[in-house]
Amino acid sequence: MAEKIVKEHKDRRLDWGKVRSREEIISCFHDGQIIAVGGQAGCNAPWRLIDCLMDSGAKHLTIYSIDCHDPGIGIGKLIRAGRVDRMVTTHMGTNPEASQRMLSGEMQVELAPMGSFIERVRCGGAGLGGVLTKTGLGTVVEEGKQVITVKGERYLLEEALHADVAITRARRADLIGNLAYRGTGTASHPIMATAADLSIVECDLLCDVAEIAPDEVRVPGVYIDMILA
Amino acid sequence: MLDNRHFIARRAAQYFKVGDVVNLGIGIPNLCAEYTEKGIMFETENGLIGVGDAATDIMVTDRFCDAGSNPFVPMPGSSVFDTAYSFAIIRSGRMAATVLGALQVSARGDLANWATPNRRFGMGGAMDLCNGARQVIVAMELTTKDGGKKIVNECSFPLTAERCVDHIVTEQCVIDVTGEGLVLKEIRQGKTPEDIQAQVEPRLIVADDLKAMEE
Repeated sequence: MAEKIVKEHKDRRLDWGKVRSREEIISCFHDGQIIAVGGQAGCNAPWRLIDCLMDSGAKHLTIYSIDCHDPGIGIGKLIRAGRVDRMVTTHMGTNPEASQRMLSGEMQVELAPMGSFIERVRCGGAGLGGVLTKTGLGTVVEEGKQVITVKGERYLLEEALHADVAITRARRADLIGNLAYRGTGTASHPIMATAADLSIVECDLLCDVAEIAPDEVRVPGVYIDMILA
Repeated sequence: MLDNRHFIARRAAQYFKVGDVVNLGIGIPNLCAEYTEKGIMFETENGLIGVGDAATDIMVTDRFCDAGSNPFVPMPGSSVFDTAYSFAIIRSGRMAATVLGALQVSARGDLANWATPNRRFGMGGAMDLCNGARQVIVAMELTTKDGGKKIVNECSFPLTAERCVDHIVTEQCVIDVTGEGLVLKEIRQGKTPEDIQAQVEPRLIVADDLKAMEE
């Protein structure tokens, strides 16, 4: 049975068409786009896709990312080149240049608590409008947001985030775009990959269909549009 | 003799009990792992419970790193999850304790630890941890490097969370935040309550059973 499935999909491989060249992927980036970038703590970031974004020349970007990488590295490269107009992020501690650009007004930065940030992105990939959380009550995070009372408890309404393009990294991808991760290399990747009109993934290992067991798939291929192998 | 940072971490680690899952912040809090008994598991908010020893040589991989980018070897019994799941665990009270650094702590237990007037570090996961962890432990030196007060009547820096801190562990004392105010529970040998009071703004209540900190 498995052999039959593999053979069937192999015959139809060209129909899926998700594995793309670097040039095709570069042509997807344009000025003014919102880009969701997966990863945390500068580990297992989608370095090759960030380079594609860099090489595309796209500017006036909005970036959604848990952090801002290091100065001049990854997202830090885009920030240093003045290509980012706005960031929604949770942490700039590793990149003082991002903090400087925020304080000087060169880059607009919305700082969000990590749990709220990732839930907003999750909502964006799940057809939801937002989420209620107590995190941020009584802090600057509350400013401009609705407070909603449920069963006598106060919550902040955090609205969904949705991007034009998501760039994420997986340990394994198959030709359908089913994704599997390893360890803390998982981080925000499976959430970010769901929350964009165009979801591009770079994978360490490109697999045949059925090579990733169904139970190991963390993001179903239905979310994934393009693969950089 | 331990330096201040390790002395603070060793004392803060005494709040953990066997079976606890604990999140450690970057800096002094991260050192707590060196002074912890077996049976306590550490969470890293990028998505794993069961952070083990630092990885070396062939065990170093991008796929097992803590929130400070340090590679580690996962301990037996570890579990992996994505960031959304990680903060579901944190907000829902599954974290027995979080140990964090602080820029300021107020008399009511408000915490400020993510921004100064000149620098925005970002709150990262700290706001969710302070909202969800069952105990919030601040591990920090009592004053700034130039002697400025960090335990204050009102925080002037942006807040991480209101009324969240339970314990403050420093190199000179341990202070609990209570409904009555800040209670001085333990003090370093050779220090007097007056010495501590001179370095904090709010009026301290000296515990009846004030203890000496273990050297």
